[in-house]
Amino acid sequence: MSEPVIVFDKVSKYYPMYHHITGGIKQFIFHLPSAIKSFRSTRFQALQELSFSIQPGERLGIIGRNGSGKSTTLGLLARVLKPSSGRITLRGRVSPFLELGMGFHAELTGRENILLNGIILGMTRKEVRKRMDAIIEFAEIGEFIEQPIRMYSSGMLARLGFSVVAHLNPEILLIDEILAVGDAVFQKKCQDKMLSFRQKNVTIVFVSHAMSDVRTLCNRVILLDRGKPLITGAPDAVIKAYEGLPA
Amino acid sequence: MNLEYYKDLVLVLTQKEIKVRYKNTFLGYLWSITHPLFYTIISLLAFKVIMRIQIENYTLFLIAGLFPWQWVTNSIGAAPFMFISNASLIKKTAFPREVVILADVLNNMIHFLLSVPVIVVFVFYYGQQPSWVWLYGIPLLCVIQFFLICGLSMTLASLNLFFRDLERINNLLITALFYGTPIFYTIDLIDKKKYATLIFIVNNFNPFTPLVVSWQNLFMKGSVDMMLVLKALGPALLIFAIGYYIYRGLRWRFAEVL
Ligand SMILES: Nc1ncnc2c1ncn2[C@@H]1O[C@H](COP(=O)(O)OP(=O)(O)OP(=O)(O)O)[C@@H](O)[C@H]1O
Ligand SMILES: [Mg+2]
Repeated sequence: MSEPVIVFDKVSKYYPMYHHITGGIKQFIFHLPSAIKSFRSTRFQALQELSFSIQPGERLGIIGRNGSGKSTTLGLLARVLKPSSGRITLRGRVSPFLELGMGFHAELTGRENILLNGIILGMTRKEVRKRMDAIIEFAEIGEFIEQPIRMYSSGMLARLGFSVVAHLNPEILLIDEILAVGDAVFQKKCQDKMLSFRQKNVTIVFVSHAMSDVRTLCNRVILLDRGKPLITGAPDAVIKAYEGLPA
Repeated sequence: MNLEYYKDLVLVLTQKEIKVRYKNTFLGYLWSITHPLFYTIISLLAFKVIMRIQIENYTLFLIAGLFPWQWVTNSIGAAPFMFISNASLIKKTAFPREVVILADVLNNMIHFLLSVPVIVVFVFYYGQQPSWVWLYGIPLLCVIQFFLICGLSMTLASLNLFFRDLERINNLLITALFYGTPIFYTIDLIDKKKYATLIFIVNNFNPFTPLVVSWQNLFMKGSVDMMLVLKALGPALLIFAIGYYIYRGLRWRFAEVL
């Protein structure tokens, strides 16, 4: 057995309730003592002592009701959030899968946006340029690649976005919902690409409410319930437990 | 942090801003110089025609201050929204957030540099000539202004995530800075006996004063007063350091409040 690429060791995450401050400077200053007090006392625990480890090439699914802490877990993995306690160990380049059109600029062409997106996702200019043709070819949006992307349909945007991520050579891929845009042909292409990720030993953490996707993609699933990990195991068993959760 | 990557990130983001801004090439450029020219005309009417202010070469004087000031207004005005407008990216990816600000300030600096030819035209029109000193004076002052604005922008952008009414206070701040900086007046026009405190504040508590006066000296007399430049550089570096410190301290919380 090789070294795990991701280790969560009793990770907890509290969100401070900032609404006392986001009310503005004025409110903060005029209610200083009470603001500070409530600032300390009101915090929300979004994740409770979550522990798991993932081997290279594993595809972990995270499921659970709305607000159970799935996106929080991905945020911790992407290093945009810091754990309140516990330890996270990551080995390898983490690439988040961006939502439709995120990190794109409407006035720039498809080609310009590929560069922009690739850079934001962690590639250098040289790396993007090397992959530019492959990205364009994979996205299959024809001569529209030289047009500003405000002219694109949402399916075309999705193609472009997926194509950039697909060529990142990610080591750890984070996916929060999405996948289901684009026509049947492109969906098939995406699936093939995901399969090739599997062969290339890319580690995937997949959050979804679509149980059929979770079943096909993941080899292991964690069920979260109000920030607590309920069970971890084979997809079928965990999905069954999820569906049996009391309302 | 990989240096090549960092450089590419700043470069591509700056390029993006510039591309978007000058998409309609020539019209974009015209618009960009319209603003300071408009302010020049308004100030001429208000202060020269109506108030009869006594400053030699007043049009050139205004231009020498207002063109660099445009950079200040643009960057500081947009600063509170820098992180908010990139909320979705900040919540998802760990790219170094400060590059958004670097790119904006660089973009506005380039924008200012592109307007220097217009200043040259006015310099010639008023029977003077650009000086060789500009060749090092402009880059020198640009660097100082860059640090000063970056420091302020990082502060404003970070704090505005926590105190959302900052963006309204910000407009007041910009207006106060404009009147508190000798752009359409010179300090020696203020009554020294009556308003000694005011003069003291403008001279010593406004980091933009030595900078703007340096721009005016450079464009009008072709001279660089090193003492004044140092007086601009010190506060600029200090404010940059403070801004970076505030940003560093808060950046882990950005994704929590956006
Ligand atoms: N920035 C924040 N500040 C305060 N509380 C937050 C913040 N983000 C999330 N939470 C809270 O933390 C809990 C977990 O949120 P999270 O976004 O991880 O849920 P999720 O499992 O992704 O839900 P969904 O299925 O709706 O996407 C929720 O109760 C939410 O209200
Ligand atoms: Mg979520």
